[in-house]
Amino acid sequence: MADKKIRVLVAKPGLDGHDRGAKVVARALRDAGMEVIYTGLRQTPEMIAEAALQEDVDVVGLSVLSGAHMALAPRIMELLRANGQTDVKVFIGGIIPDEDLSRLKEMGVAGVYGPGASTEDIIRDIKESFAG
Amino acid sequence: MTTTQEILNGNRLALAKLLTKIENNAPEGQSALIELFAHTGKAHLIGVTGAPGTGKSSLVNQLALHYRKTENKKIAILAVDPSSPFTGGAVLGDRVRMRDLSGDANVYIRSMATRGSLGGLAQSTANMTQAFDAAGFDIIIIETVGAGQSEVDIAKLAHTTLVVEAPGLGDDIQAIKAGILEIADILVVNKADRPGVENTEKALKAMLELAHPTERIFRHHGSTMRTVAPAQKASASLTWIPPIKRTVSTEGTGIAELVESIAKHAEHLRISGDWAVRDRTRLQVELEALIQSSLMNRFREDVSEKKYNEVLEKISQRNLSPYEAVKLLMNGRLK
Ligand code: B12
Ligand SMILES: Nc1nc2c(ncn2[C@@H]2O[C@H](COP(=O)(O)OP(=O)(O)OP(=O)(O)O)[C@@H](O)[C@H]2O)c(=O)[nH]1
Ligand SMILES: [Mg+2]
Repeated sequence: MADKKIRVLVAKPGLDGHDRGAKVVARALRDAGMEVIYTGLRQTPEMIAEAALQEDVDVVGLSVLSGAHMALAPRIMELLRANGQTDVKVFIGGIIPDEDLSRLKEMGVAGVYGPGASTEDIIRDIKESFAG
Repeated sequence: MTTTQEILNGNRLALAKLLTKIENNAPEGQSALIELFAHTGKAHLIGVTGAPGTGKSSLVNQLALHYRKTENKKIAILAVDPSSPFTGGAVLGDRVRMRDLSGDANVYIRSMATRGSLGGLAQSTANMTQAFDAAGFDIIIIETVGAGQSEVDIAKLAHTTLVVEAPGLGDDIQAIKAGILEIADILVVNKADRPGVENTEKALKAMLELAHPTERIFRHHGSTMRTVAPAQKASASLTWIPPIKRTVSTEGTGIAELVESIAKHAEHLRISGDWAVRDRTRLQVELEALIQSSLMNRFREDVSEKKYNEVLEKISQRNLSPYEAVKLLMNGRLK
């Protein structure tokens, strides 16, 4: 009898110390029945990819409010793929200017969320990304 | 290459995926464990338990760092946190304290949720340690959920159990509940940089003197399992009195001494024959759980849902007692 749960890594890459959003999202995902591994602040892309591998997560959620997302996100995606985690979905939240949205989507980011994003939408999008 | 070969070759992605299958109770996990079982039995399992916030994760971080610096051993860490009883979800935060260990290919940290288990571990924790054991990890450290007094499953799993206490957790004696104290092979007074260490240590000493030397007896399904053969117990020199060790896990103070105590305990287990006894106890727990679930499955196959519900209805109507019902359902095979 299999008992599958969605496992999500919520990580704060770079030197950005804004952790409220990451914690809000982590709690919301827990309340939606997911298992959330929280890494804490100041994670390098290497640390995040390593944690994602060891934890065999289904989703990597990045919270970036520092403006460094265009440097951090591609590197993390590259490392995930290099480790063979090709099925892992990446979601990003924080302060992400509109002009970066299309490039992030092209890179394969599954969802991007800014200030005021509803956690219900985030939960629905994550769940839907596993349907079908 | 088969999963088994990949695991034995140290493939981390294969191990990560196998751990998930074991955790999810998937059939592939079971078949891999069958093949891997012959390669288990080598690792030293160290349990770390204690009240919430006493510094278990910080201590595990320091222990692993120390082992990596002084001995070239492969370390696996299984950190268990509680699942929400309402939503089944969990936030697993132990990794936050273990960031010093990242970037070391000989350390593997895995977080897991209890998924409804109450004893301080998850149901699949023991099987996950088997996967690490087969994969060649020399030391497997298991951090339990923040435990109060009844979460003592760790003592049935680990060779060496550390119970972590910290000063300032309210009333000293109250904080140290008997149940959890009894499973300690080593008592750690962490946060020794805080005021009140002496009091905590004194309280622990007093409780130890009351409690020891005692035989370790585990209750399992109502029957007691002795883990120390009476003959061996006769020799006083073979009695292990849990030492009390002070640590400051935020700085690493006292860790070398603690590691020394852990090594002494392992040596004691080997000399006294307790190592094998504990191994056997652990496997017996596993075997009995499997027998129980397989008997239950067989029962479900033998007895139709319809008949079962009819009998249940009779019981609810007070037309049949549960004892008679079991006799009826088991075709008189009740003993
Ligand atoms: C509170 C706050 C702080 C607090 C942070 C407290 C904390 N521990 O988090 C303090 C005062 C410490 C702070 C400091 C600074 N801040 Co500030 N801060 C804010 C502020 C006002 C609100 C952020 C917040 O907590 N929002 C509430 C949470 C719930 O929202 P959120 O994080 O956006 O999260 C939501 C979504 O983004 C998304 N989401 C977020 N993470 C994730 C993750 C996943 C996986 C998903 C799916 C979704 C998701 O979902 C969440 C729910 O809706 C913002 C302005 C703003 N309106 O955003 C500035 C802001 C982020 N800060 C800013 C700056 C510049 C700083 C400082 C550098 C200021 C300074 N010069 O000292 C420092 C840097 C601190 C550091 N070490 O990094 C700038 C960033 C500018 C930029 N990126 O270009 C902002 C945008 C203000 C501004 N307009 O200039 N800050
Ligand atoms: N002063 C002091 N603080 C410590 C020490 N060890 C841990 N802490 C702090 O205590 C808090 C809890 O530490 P953790 O390691 O997360 O404790 P834990 O027992 O794993 O907590 P749970 O897993 O939630 O039960 C953190 O803020 C640590 O920094 C110590 O030796 N001294
Ligand atoms: Mg912890």
